[in-house]
Amino acid sequence: MELLFSLVTGVLSGSGIYLLLRGRTFSVIVGLTLLSYAVNLFLFSMGGLHTDAAAVIGASESPADPLPQALVLTAIVIGFAMTAFMVILAIRARAEFGNDHVDGKQGDEGVN
Amino acid sequence: MGQHLLILPILLPMLTALVILLTGQVSSTLQRQISVASTALLVILAVLLLMDANGGQISVYALGNWQAPYGIVLVLDRLSALMVMITAVLALGCVLFACAGDDARGSNFHAIFQLQLMGLNGAFLTGDMFNLFVFFEILLLASYALLMHGGGKARIGAGLHYVVLNLVGSALFLIALGVLYGATGTLNMADMGQRIAMLEGDESALASAGALLLIIVFSLKAAILPLYFWLPSTYSSAAAPVAALFAIMTKVGLYAILRVNSLVFYDSTALVLIEAWLWWGGLLTLVLGAVGVLAARDLRTLSAYLVLVSVGTLMSASGMGHITGTAALLFYLIHTTLITGALFLLAELIGLQRGKAGTRLVRARRLRQPALLGGMFTIVAVAVAGIPPLAGALGKLVLMQAADETQRILLWPLLLMAGLTGLIALSRAGSVFFWASHKGEPSGPFIGRMQLSGVTWLLISAPLLVVLAGPLSQYTLATAQQLASPQQFRDTQLSSAIEPIPSASNASAIESDGVDMASTEKGDLP
Repeated sequence: MELLFSLVTGVLSGSGIYLLLRGRTFSVIVGLTLLSYAVNLFLFSMGGLHTDAAAVIGASESPADPLPQALVLTAIVIGFAMTAFMVILAIRARAEFGNDHVDGKQGDEGVN
Repeated sequence: MGQHLLILPILLPMLTALVILLTGQVSSTLQRQISVASTALLVILAVLLLMDANGGQISVYALGNWQAPYGIVLVLDRLSALMVMITAVLALGCVLFACAGDDARGSNFHAIFQLQLMGLNGAFLTGDMFNLFVFFEILLLASYALLMHGGGKARIGAGLHYVVLNLVGSALFLIALGVLYGATGTLNMADMGQRIAMLEGDESALASAGALLLIIVFSLKAAILPLYFWLPSTYSSAAAPVAALFAIMTKVGLYAILRVNSLVFYDSTALVLIEAWLWWGGLLTLVLGAVGVLAARDLRTLSAYLVLVSVGTLMSASGMGHITGTAALLFYLIHTTLITGALFLLAELIGLQRGKAGTRLVRARRLRQPALLGGMFTIVAVAVAGIPPLAGALGKLVLMQAADETQRILLWPLLLMAGLTGLIALSRAGSVFFWASHKGEPSGPFIGRMQLSGVTWLLISAPLLVVLAGPLSQYTLATAQQLASPQQFRDTQLSSAIEPIPSASNASAIESDGVDMASTEKGDLP
């Protein structure tokens, strides 16, 4: 399970960073979203990976650490709000600049 | 009342923001009055907190009465009191200035401004790592909105970069927190420091990796060398009161670095690496800032690069790694934050009277009030460049004295050279603005009463800091000493808590500690 989990986190953050470095606001937003998914998964795993261990004392022999779950919930909410803000900002930028390049300039490097 | 004083700097701006939002668009005068009154009250609160912390004791406020290390605590020591004080003073200047009309260029300026203050105060007061993250997000989200205040191409473009960079920074912050929590099993700063000191082998390496990641995040906020490229365009495109308030934003990163270095990583193997990086990064930032100051063709860009110079100075001082260095840094920090704020406000006033040319360094129409603006510009320039008799010179002097033998070789020439470039650039700007103008009658608008009071409020700090230099330097020295002995900080917070587990090998016990009381973190949830 650890291997699968780390592979998923790694692939997600790798794709996120790749997309983040693209020149268009849309791919940047998708990249940020993927990156935040990866971070959330990572945070979730920081208390250790357990199966069959609800984060409630008494519900199972060795309950999972509930703190990462609380943290990840906070991180999800904040990340969600930030993504929403970023989408609106990208639309504003598209309207102001007339294109969706992150620098607002349609350079040669921006064509892809 | 006394014991709840600690949470008021967070509650007051939050409630003010809510009240302002509730009054809606009824009356902008009412909004302004509420905002100014609340910020003035914040200054008074900050003074009370400062007096409280000046005695040397550390006050702890456990939210919901959940004791540390399981609950979230707010902690007031000399450093946080000082930072809250600087924030409040700077904010009052900015909000007074904004009332002259800048606040009407977009919606909800005052509400967002207060939320920004809430985030800043919270970040300075919290004693919990994850809580620090939450307050960082609050202040960042408010700063995104403030940066965009007024709209326009330049702001949207700079804002896009700023937001994306900071979102990536937040992602890194969370990863670092995850690593640190995984290694130590706690999020309370004092407790984490204690646990890191006990880690061995792989766990210790893991904690060091987390520490370095965290420093990268804070360096991004503080705009140190490889991570500063967002700063000049962001600061020069923001509205004047916003840019002035942003003078404290880079200092939040610096504060966080000081705090975690002294409290969390003081015993970590990563500290040597961190200090080396801060020292060299700071010096290089100083050099590049100085080059940028010379190259700037606009007073606002010039001011933004001056921020960078001050960041470089402060960062290299934080990398010195001894008490006198930290004390000198804090003394310089008070001065540089307030004066940079004043410079941004003054640039706006000059730009207003020059018509289309704005703050660009080109020949333009004559200023309507050259004597007043010129006088203020001279004071700011002298203070920023660090020439006697103002506090800039004193700050640099203590910094240079604080450097030890080997550090002097690098710091002295670079710091003095940066001061010289600042002086050259500012005198060139001054001569263009006040002497090299077109013939003809000036036609710009007069300076408003509120604008003048905002700038004056910040400018008074320049002579005041000289007058109060004695007590202030004592205070900063005491602050640095307090930072250097984290034991007191730990004792006050963890006194009532369960004794720490003595053996680091007993990792499962540490884990279960986190499990038992971790539900107290619910205070964090939105």
